[in-house]
Amino acid sequence: MTPLLEIEDLHAEIEGGRKILDGLSLTVNPGEVHAIMGPNGAGKSTLSYVLSGKPGYVITGGSIRLAGVELSELTPDARAALGLFLAFQYPLEIPGVSTMAFLHAAVNAQKKKRGEQEMTSPELLKRVREIGKSLDITAEMLRRPLNVGFSGGEKKRNETLQMLLLEPKLCVLDETDSGLDIDALKVVSAGVNALRAPERSMVVITHYQRLLDYIVPDVVHVLAAGRIVHTGGKELALELEATGYAQFQNEAA
Amino acid sequence: MAAVQETIEQVRLIDVDQYKYGFETLVDTEKAPKGLSEDIIRFISAKKNEPDWMLQWRLDAYARWLTMQAPDWARVAYPPIDYQDLYYYAAPKKGGNGPKSLDEVDPEILKTYEKLGIPLREQEILAGVERPEGEPRKIAVDAVFDSVSVATTFKEELKAAGVIFMPISEALHEHPNLVKKYLGTVVPTTDNYFATLNSAVFSDGSFVYIPKGVRCPMELSTYFRINEKNTGQFERTLIIADEGSYVSYLEGCTAPMRDENQLHAAVVELVAMDDAEIKYSTVQNWYPGDAEGKGGIYNFVTKRGDCRGRNSKISWTQVETGSAITWKYPSCILRGDNSSGEFYSIAISNGRQQVDSGTKMIHLGKNTSSRIISKGISAGRSQNTYRGLVSAHRKATGARNFTNCDSLLIGDECGAHTVPYIETRNPLAQFEHEATTSKISEDMLFYAMQRGLSQEEAVALVVNGFVRDVLQQLPMEFAVEAQKLISISLEGSVG
Ligand SMILES: Nc1ncnc2c1ncn2[C@@H]1O[C@H](COP(=O)(O)OP(=O)(O)O)[C@@H](O)[C@H]1O
Ligand SMILES: [Mg+2]
Repeated sequence: MTPLLEIEDLHAEIEGGRKILDGLSLTVNPGEVHAIMGPNGAGKSTLSYVLSGKPGYVITGGSIRLAGVELSELTPDARAALGLFLAFQYPLEIPGVSTMAFLHAAVNAQKKKRGEQEMTSPELLKRVREIGKSLDITAEMLRRPLNVGFSGGEKKRNETLQMLLLEPKLCVLDETDSGLDIDALKVVSAGVNALRAPERSMVVITHYQRLLDYIVPDVVHVLAAGRIVHTGGKELALELEATGYAQFQNEAA
Repeated sequence: MAAVQETIEQVRLIDVDQYKYGFETLVDTEKAPKGLSEDIIRFISAKKNEPDWMLQWRLDAYARWLTMQAPDWARVAYPPIDYQDLYYYAAPKKGGNGPKSLDEVDPEILKTYEKLGIPLREQEILAGVERPEGEPRKIAVDAVFDSVSVATTFKEELKAAGVIFMPISEALHEHPNLVKKYLGTVVPTTDNYFATLNSAVFSDGSFVYIPKGVRCPMELSTYFRINEKNTGQFERTLIIADEGSYVSYLEGCTAPMRDENQLHAAVVELVAMDDAEIKYSTVQNWYPGDAEGKGGIYNFVTKRGDCRGRNSKISWTQVETGSAITWKYPSCILRGDNSSGEFYSIAISNGRQQVDSGTKMIHLGKNTSSRIISKGISAGRSQNTYRGLVSAHRKATGARNFTNCDSLLIGDECGAHTVPYIETRNPLAQFEHEATTSKISEDMLFYAMQRGLSQEEAVALVVNGFVRDVLQQLPMEFAVEAQKLISISLEGSVG
């Protein structure tokens, strides 16, 4: 079986700055959900940015393959069209562009790049309404400029909406639980769980164990000092909750 | 390289060949001798065979201009202009003055308009803008080439409706009383340095009169082209909408690419009588200069509308993408009770362009209302200033204004500035002002790209969302043109 995501000995640094990822390897098979936990500053968000091709991050060694395709040289939009989705820890605001218009542009930009039939406005509207309903997203929210003036919870629900609409192969969720109250956490988790499928994989980045009560992972990794230092089953999350990350920080040093 | 850094690099590379209208037409021209003097003014007036009062009017303006100083309050910088180093009159030799038919026009000029997409043959106009489902739509064109009008279309059909649409030089002969009655009544010869200069040396422009109760049967438009080197263009447009009439007027302009700066100092006067409405739309695309700021048009323009009658309405819509420097404030004097004025503007600056533009809404009458929607987009190393005045005089009870000024920055080396002035002498005036500044940041672009949009698609999405409210105000064909122009102007603004 070809792994869906295969990261080998990845080294990456911030442009003109210091090295953040230091020999990170990770393999995720289709259908699996992997959690990545680790102390603040370990490089978790950096990993998500390097995966998705954010400008300003430079890969200095190793490789990243998505369904066998090497990503390192591809632009962020090309990676997205291949099925990579990043749910941002801090979603950006785009003034003047309604959420609906943004969704339409995103869906069709991906479809065009993949050579698929583009979606018409009525088709899209119908689909967005269906998904929106399960996420408590109102028509009024869809009319508002993307994320502008949205509460923390609304932004995260909007990220989930986009993820469900775009049906990616690999979902990378960065601290999706931050800024969410328990009710919103349940709504968002239900949305994410609805996407779980044999051909789709997820990488769930979180600092706290709480999210993993709702999105139950198959594998848990500990990321410290720029690499995976420990891997276990879902019970590892509970262990970490009790013991903290101090032991791994020492191990990495 | 980070995207914003690339943006800056790209903008540096913006090349003149992105300006698609920069070609030159080789025609035989007749010019006045270089420089400015009473003799030159007499020369221009004689060329146009003007009545004595017109010459006197020009000479008075010139005497006044000699005592004036160029304004220095705008946020634009340029070396002093040597007014003696310019030509004030240039006309194609063939068919230069009031050609009777297109056969008399120099074929090179006809080709020029063809290249610019401005059809001068009436049947082409019909074919060109025919809409698939509906009525063919007609647009009458007055084509001004340097200092003279070279063609005006649909004159006969307009005449049948009672509409007068002709070069102002011709109107001075055919309708001297109308011209005399209104010329300079909105922008007096003493108004400001550039308007006064224009009054002394104005060359050509359009004259429009819509009689009482007439709805102009087609859109009217003037297309200005500066071709000659070192030649100033000083056009003068006068539009009068008599009681209960309506007209929609469009203005377009381009110029060849030249290393020297060229001066364009126009005056536009609009008069709307009781219950009349004038809609004036401009797509300004004068040559902006190259990436380093070499060459380009100095666009120093005075545009003003007088809502002279009750319930009259004047609306200005402008899409400003060209010129090295823009100094322009299309304004409304809301004199008649219940009159209303509107200003919708998209001003885009890139490269080294400098824009200082906005409007004045002067509320004099009771229950007058005005609306200002301004969208400024700055990219490259440009500076873009909105400057607006809203004032209510003592009698302007019930005056209302709504102003919304939004600025969008692309990259880190450009500037956006908003300078609103509000003056009210009437306690019952209600003025509302909103302003926002946003930036297309690298993070914003990355977010959109992560969702599958290319960088250009992401910028276009944000820019289109930003300008939508104003584009909606343009006549349909114009809006399509404007949208294309906006994307061309911002080409290369991101990496
Ligand atoms: N843009 C940046 N410039 C400089 N240092 C950064 C930048 N982004 C992150 N870092 C540093 O990189 C390290 C890893 O950060 P990050 O990936 O955000 O960690 P995590 O998400 O695990 O908390 C931290 O030390 C952080 O301070
Ligand atoms: Mg983080």
